[in-house]
Amino acid sequence: MTKETFTAEGGHGAVPVSDAPVEPAAASVRSDWPLYEVFLRGKRGLNHVHVGSLHAADPQMALHHARDLYTRRNEGVSIWVVAATDITASSPDEKDPFFAPAGDKVYRHPTFYEIPDDVPHI
Amino acid sequence: MTALPETMGEFETYFDETIERGRRIEPRDWMPDAYRATMIRQIAQHAHSEIIGMQPEGNWITRAPSLRRKAILIAKVQDEAGHGMYLYSAAETLGADRADLTGKLVSGRQKYSSIFNYPTLTYADVGVIGWLVDGAAICNQVPLCRSSYGPYGRAMIRICKEESFHQRQGYELLMTMMRGSKAQREMVQDATNRFWWPSLMMFGPPDAQSPNTAQSMAWGVKRHTNDELRQRFVDMTVPQADKLGVILPDKDLAWNAERGHYDFGPVDWTEFMAVVKGNGPCNAQRVARRKAAHDDGAWVREAALAHAAKHAASPKNRKDAG
Repeated sequence: MTKETFTAEGGHGAVPVSDAPVEPAAASVRSDWPLYEVFLRGKRGLNHVHVGSLHAADPQMALHHARDLYTRRNEGVSIWVVAATDITASSPDEKDPFFAPAGDKVYRHPTFYEIPDDVPHI
Repeated sequence: MTALPETMGEFETYFDETIERGRRIEPRDWMPDAYRATMIRQIAQHAHSEIIGMQPEGNWITRAPSLRRKAILIAKVQDEAGHGMYLYSAAETLGADRADLTGKLVSGRQKYSSIFNYPTLTYADVGVIGWLVDGAAICNQVPLCRSSYGPYGRAMIRICKEESFHQRQGYELLMTMMRGSKAQREMVQDATNRFWWPSLMMFGPPDAQSPNTAQSMAWGVKRHTNDELRQRFVDMTVPQADKLGVILPDKDLAWNAERGHYDFGPVDWTEFMAVVKGNGPCNAQRVARRKAAHDDGAWVREAALAHAAKHAASPKNRKDAG
């Protein structure tokens, strides 16, 4: 036996913990297809919801891949694909009090107001 | 309102508290480097396993015994590809590069589950893989739906729904064969004999030899120990084997009323090590096949990009046209 250790934390079972390092690598090959984020409308009446991402050469191919990848069992009636680089996201950064404005405005919630129990329909 | 963290120490506390409260870590959150590296490795290896996992059964698509079985098997193998894609997608949220991960798989620098290094000798193997291998995978995967890393947990929920089809089609296939000829029943027994022990190995080494379990459990990326899951799998499978009418190849297998579990014999970890180290029956073939598919597809990837570039440059095809 060697000193190599194994883990089964992943889905299909035991694999060594001493594999090649997998630190985040930004390097990308020239022939890589860009990344698209995929949003699905599960059924009429619902919003599109983010379900994951995929790579494709162009938006049309991204749509087809999204259909094959994310709707093999009728999970969607409409698909949006968006180039990942086109998405602007809020930052969880510590200096960013982005959501602070909502934090101290409790008067925006109906429960802020005290109404006697015997007032109906309110 | 909870104060947002400002110093490194506060970041760690915030991370620890998030996990302690059973909340999820999301892609852009601060996380310890070791957590990020562990998650990328875990998700990448899982993705590799799904992708390589297409091969043992894919071999049988052209030789399926009926159109019905063929359609089922194609759907199943397509699901495995899909599972790999969900998982690579999750790995990318951690900053990993998909092409880089594929490169490490085909160069043999990253591993996949050793179960896929065993050959599939008869069509009964397709059934036994669904029943035992996917059954063991389900045991491993259901708790992972609660992984502390959000994108991984969400991918696992999707995967688990689909794995249920995989296991049931396998068991149904075996039930059909067991109702068939003596030769068919022998095929099922033979496949069970070959896959039973490798399936138990899928849960990893005994807890005493799993130094990473404690950290993984503290991080909420692993919810049960290897031995707990292995026991759960044995307990679930024995009655299924009885119902099917096959004998699990373990003379020590017996109900232990005191423990409320089945006892089972020792797993041959020497064999497991040999297979992981590349000396299994099919290691070289599996990786070579994956590499060939990747290399053979290079011109398609490049052509698609060239087409996309040409298409985008054409004035009548601009996004805002019409």
